[in-house]
Amino acid sequence: MQILAYAAYRFGTMLLTLLLVSVLIFWIINLPPGDFLSNQIAELRATGQEAGVAKAEFLRREYALDKSLPHQYMIWMGFLPGPHGFSGMIQGNFGWSFEFDRPVAEIVGESLWLTVLVNLAAVLFVYLVALPLGVLAAAKSRTMIDYTAAFVGYLGLATPNFLLALILFYYGHQYLGLPIGGLMAPEFEGQPMTWDKVRSILIHLIVPTFVIGTSGASAMMQRLRANMLDELGKPYVETAVAKGMRPARMLVKYPLRVAFNPFVADIGNLLPSMISGSVLVSVVLGLQTIGPVLLQALKSQDMFLSGFVLMFVALLTLIGTMISDVLLVLLDPRIRYEGRDA
Amino acid sequence: MRPLLSVEDLSIGFGKDSPVVRNVSFSVNPGETLALVGESGSGKTISCRAVLRILPRTARLLSGRMILSAGPDAPGGDLDLARIGERQMRRDVRGNRVAMIFQEPMRSLSPLHRIGNQVAEVLHLHTDLSAEAAKREVLHCFERVGFPDPDRTWRSYPFELSGGMRQRAMIAMAMVAKPDLLIADEPTTALDVTTQAQVLGLMKDLQQETGMAMILVTHDLGVVANMAEKVVVMHKGRVMESGPAEPILRAPAHPYTQHLFNAAPKIPEAICPLRDGEEDLILELKNVTKTFTLRSGKSWGKPTLVRACEGVNLALPRGKTLAIVGESGSGKTTAARIALGAETVDPGGAVLFRATAGADPIAVHQLGRADRRAFQRQAQMVFQDPYSSLSPRMRILDTLSEPLEIHEICDRATQKAKAAEMLRLVGLPTDMLMRYPHAFSGGQRQRLSIARALMLDPALLVCDEPTSALDVSVQEQILTLLEEIRDARQLSYLFISHDLAVVARIADEVAVMRRGLIVEQAPPEVLFHDPKHPYTKALIAAQPVPDVDRPINLKLVAQGAGAPETWPEAFRFNGQDAPPLVPLDPGHKVRCHV
Repeated sequence: MQILAYAAYRFGTMLLTLLLVSVLIFWIINLPPGDFLSNQIAELRATGQEAGVAKAEFLRREYALDKSLPHQYMIWMGFLPGPHGFSGMIQGNFGWSFEFDRPVAEIVGESLWLTVLVNLAAVLFVYLVALPLGVLAAAKSRTMIDYTAAFVGYLGLATPNFLLALILFYYGHQYLGLPIGGLMAPEFEGQPMTWDKVRSILIHLIVPTFVIGTSGASAMMQRLRANMLDELGKPYVETAVAKGMRPARMLVKYPLRVAFNPFVADIGNLLPSMISGSVLVSVVLGLQTIGPVLLQALKSQDMFLSGFVLMFVALLTLIGTMISDVLLVLLDPRIRYEGRDA
Repeated sequence: MRPLLSVEDLSIGFGKDSPVVRNVSFSVNPGETLALVGESGSGKTISCRAVLRILPRTARLLSGRMILSAGPDAPGGDLDLARIGERQMRRDVRGNRVAMIFQEPMRSLSPLHRIGNQVAEVLHLHTDLSAEAAKREVLHCFERVGFPDPDRTWRSYPFELSGGMRQRAMIAMAMVAKPDLLIADEPTTALDVTTQAQVLGLMKDLQQETGMAMILVTHDLGVVANMAEKVVVMHKGRVMESGPAEPILRAPAHPYTQHLFNAAPKIPEAICPLRDGEEDLILELKNVTKTFTLRSGKSWGKPTLVRACEGVNLALPRGKTLAIVGESGSGKTTAARIALGAETVDPGGAVLFRATAGADPIAVHQLGRADRRAFQRQAQMVFQDPYSSLSPRMRILDTLSEPLEIHEICDRATQKAKAAEMLRLVGLPTDMLMRYPHAFSGGQRQRLSIARALMLDPALLVCDEPTSALDVSVQEQILTLLEEIRDARQLSYLFISHDLAVVARIADEVAVMRRGLIVEQAPPEVLFHDPKHPYTKALIAAQPVPDVDRPINLKLVAQGAGAPETWPEAFRFNGQDAPPLVPLDPGHKVRCHV
């Protein structure tokens, strides 16, 4: 029951944090002088297209860009009625993209869950690779296995992701017949979900997962190895050996369990760094994820679009930290029982 | 009788360096206790770990045989523990026929697993018992080692238990599979003296009950006198002397053993007390109370109040040593910090300091920033752990002259001359000024911290357990040094310790503290030969002395160290209120109802 109360409490603080983040995001995307429409109006005036100016002026009023910033924020979030009544983020209206001339929801639509999919796959990859390799490197420290793992790890850290992407595409296509670019075969785009589409996505996921995950995996592997080495020197490990445990079982039950905590705490940090780090990769690989959309929107001051994408990334991050906090409490009795009488 | 374990000609080395254990032989019979005695670096720990082959990875067994003889329930002939395979070692020896207890009960249990799980694991590894039968067995074992509520212990995590209770859990873990041999590596060194006495008593009882043999690794001859039938004295990897305990303890033959004996602090025979009439007090603590507020884990929870010191009155005459003795949690360190103005005092208390005789007292408890600096020139501290109290990145010269720099006293050349003078004073060659702390041994480092404390020519030195991290022979040297410096420079010491024997030697007056209260206060010779308070009696009784004729009196220990309700009528608490501290004889105060 205690854990449920804690989870509820963490959820509450998460919502509060999200609210604060939304203020920050709105403030930051409005920091550069002007907005998409005023820029456009200036450009239209300069080229003498008065008809377009009228439309842009209309849009400015329509989206309340002529109001003060705090007022705009309240309308954007849906706390105050705009020109069309309550219609903001919390009502599910994500706004209008001026650049694409389409609703934001429509633009990001599919790429939202593709982003989640690609990054979840990468996180999974990071953990699946880093966990066994890190433990192995620590258990066999200062042997060829350790050195090889470290070498491969540093290679992964040092190679630019996009370069790795190009190389993998070339060889993957050459020898394994893997597809190049995109997250699904072109004929499935915009189609309803079918078994074939799922299979196409999975095959397309292989290279991006590998590319996005490598550097994260090697960093995490090194950290796990260092943590494990610290733990291996502690007396409770000796106690376990003196009991007569097999080394492999002992490693997993005792030191790994302790070294695992920072590992879990990293879930929250992993998500945002991957999303922002994978922008370049997404551009190179032609992935229909949210990264390139964000980049484009920020460049052209497409405020509602970039605001929504940033909010989405923030939400993912906060969910990630919430999950790792709750998991930590489940995993570590020292956190759970803090303050309980001995 | 055939020995249960006989180690012959054991040599162990690290890499290509010369061996750290050389041609060591010893044997232990069933039901017998063998003590491996020596100071740090003597190779005692590594020799006993070699039996289970739990050694650092770079260590090599260079020669020797370790024969574990077959027992009634261990058929299959003798095993040479130096040669058998790792698999057989795991299955038949470790945790099964030979179990081990380690020095630090705080860190020897996994912090993330329940005690029950960790103890029952031994049974799952070595027997075919079902989970339920194993649990029954473990609960029984918990009860046997003295857990009042075995079920609760089963569910507890190590951090919920005190040090003594954790060591009991370790003992339960070692005993649950009924081993033939128990190896205990300094099992009580990290524990308070009364807890140590109880744990040693428990180990002895268990041994009598089960008939197992025991190898006890220790540096404390007092523990040896209380526990062992056979002794092996080790020094620098070699056996110096070995044989039955009694003759060795009564008349040590080897010079090194004699040296160890002479270094062991003893409770002195009665000396005539030094009492001069008029009192020139350098430090006075008047009615000092300190309450700490502990925030509970939940932000909405009520904070708990902890009273670290309660109504403490102490007076330190100039040129004398006042000692505060107590176990962990007694408030002795808080009292020392208050004396230095490092801790505030609850309203109503006062700390007064007189730099010179007849000077106006400084009110330490309400010092401002500037006055505090002036006060700190007069009062310095020597810390407990010489390994962490010196910065590893500063040369000795810089460490020593830093106090002078902070107080902006004299130029660089004079500072250096002063540092060299202090090094000579503490008995170190002056050419060591440019070295870093790692080049020094524990004893030398403690000399350095004393030199650092003396750099400002203080009048008062607060010593917080200055010798508890040191070997006995080094401890002896440091105490002698402290005495010499005190007499040569007319210093006054406030000396904090948990070790009565150390205090007996250096102090002019001793205050015994328990849970924030002074329970008894007297000159050491009065205190040790005529203790009145049950807690003082317990502390004295629990002190292991290297004398086979004075075994630890466990009954006294258990009574005095227990809750106040179990004390004799005169000393009991009145609800929450402790009885007052009353003078029984001149200079002898006891907390009791008269």
